[in-house]
Amino acid sequence: MTNKEKELLLLLENEGRMPLDKLAKMIDLSENEISTMIQEFEKKKVILGYSAIIDWSKVNTTETVTAMIDVKVTPKRGVGFDEVAERIYRFKEVKALYLMSGTYDLSVVIEGKSMNEIAKFVSDKLSTLDSVLSTTTHFQLKKYKHDGVVFEDRDEDHRIVVSP
Amino acid sequence: MTSLQSFPKNKLSDAVQRIKPSGIRRFFDLASTMDNVISLGVGEPDFITPWNVREASIASLERGLTSYTANAGIIELRTAIAEYLHTSFHTTYNPESEVVVTVGASEGIDLALRATINPGDEVLIVEPSFVSYAPLVSLIGGIPISVPTSIENDFKVSADEIESRITNKTKGILISFPNNPTGSVMDAQDLKACVDVFLKHDLLVFSDEIYAELTYDGKHVSLPSIEGMWERTILISGFSKAFAMTGWRLGYLAAPKHYAEAMLKIHQYAMMCASTMAQYAALEAITKGQEEMKEMIVSYRQRRNYFVKSLREIGLQCHMPGGAFYAFPSITSTGFTSEEFAEKLLMEERVAVVPGSVFGAGGEGHIRCSYATSMTQLEESILRIDRFLNSHTKK
Repeated sequence: MTNKEKELLLLLENEGRMPLDKLAKMIDLSENEISTMIQEFEKKKVILGYSAIIDWSKVNTTETVTAMIDVKVTPKRGVGFDEVAERIYRFKEVKALYLMSGTYDLSVVIEGKSMNEIAKFVSDKLSTLDSVLSTTTHFQLKKYKHDGVVFEDRDEDHRIVVSP
Repeated sequence: MTSLQSFPKNKLSDAVQRIKPSGIRRFFDLASTMDNVISLGVGEPDFITPWNVREASIASLERGLTSYTANAGIIELRTAIAEYLHTSFHTTYNPESEVVVTVGASEGIDLALRATINPGDEVLIVEPSFVSYAPLVSLIGGIPISVPTSIENDFKVSADEIESRITNKTKGILISFPNNPTGSVMDAQDLKACVDVFLKHDLLVFSDEIYAELTYDGKHVSLPSIEGMWERTILISGFSKAFAMTGWRLGYLAAPKHYAEAMLKIHQYAMMCASTMAQYAALEAITKGQEEMKEMIVSYRQRRNYFVKSLREIGLQCHMPGGAFYAFPSITSTGFTSEEFAEKLLMEERVAVVPGSVFGAGGEGHIRCSYATSMTQLEESILRIDRFLNSHTKK
């Protein structure tokens, strides 16, 4: 990967909606070159999609609850953790899934409409899987920072307007 | 009570009466009374000091490190500065005797001049330049002689321009690349002819390299790293620009021992030492903050590319600045002086820029725009400047 390709990815990661002409100027390439690069990245699944970061707590909509569940599992011969992981991430409630080192094996991030709904998912779907030994559920209370974005940003521009 | 009228003017020193207040001040006063102003007038980074640096300073307070330090600064910091100058810019200084930590590079400039200039000595100043150089020379009775640069040369200084101003009173030259306000840089090739002149005329060189890290196309060449220059150079730099630490007021001087000792003598009487908590912050910045600094530099470069290209698209002639965070476009096509342009732009479109004339010779006909501000602000400022240009060319 070239430096300019890396720059492009970092800029898009930070602002997926940045228009081509702006990207082209900033990275010092032509719009065509940028557009080809992006297409390449999309084709190779380096760029998997473009999404917005939304503070749902600010809009009057049905509230969602997020929980992080520590799951202990028994890995299976030949497929290790991958098979049980796949069984878990296929549920649409599962927003993220990571294999972890340490005291548990899988970290599952679940979103639901209520604590009840999540509890039901854990007891009905997750705990009943053959490989799952135990689960510990932690509910998120407040989002301070997500994907590098601070939700209540207080870092305003305090600089004086004109200085030497 | 003394009224302003009866205050005896003759109690002020001749030196202070000789110098004029900074031309930037008027624009600050004007702009700060207005709302919805996009400021391209700020001479400092838009990043907040990285958290690990702020945290290190807080930790130093918690540990109770609140007393004076050695006059030259804590030895850990001086050592780190010397190592940094060696790795990044190939210059070698002994941290024990050749590095002095100062209250901003501004104090460094003052100390360097006061330690070396006698009344009547002439000091060449490469202009346009930072606004404090000429007044500081005047304050100590020196005579500032301006050496102009221009857009035709991408604001690089030519050896001929320097040499033609040398007299038997010339003591030294004050030079700063990457340059505020032009953003111009000088590479090894550009510097060579100038260095020959410095050596031929035995000039002392005050090299303000505060923007050294902010070099975008290639690597900064530090003057004392050039053969024959170390002995005759006082290097002035600091943490403000590269590490986004302007408010901490922390700079440093690096120079051969006899110069460093002389400057330290003034520093110990005038300042005692730089702020202790700022020194601990700087130590963290210089030892562990270079990764984050590099990210900031990438961001400045992207914004420079965007802003300069956009200025050209809307019809302003602008050289591609190789460093610092300023674009210095020519506005002569509008028929306005730089001051008229800046004032009208502020009043009509609420964009604050600094007229080039305040930066000395060669600055007239240009405006300084700092692109150290958010992309959103830069985009909006381009729209406003474009509208401004259109409304004034129709007439």
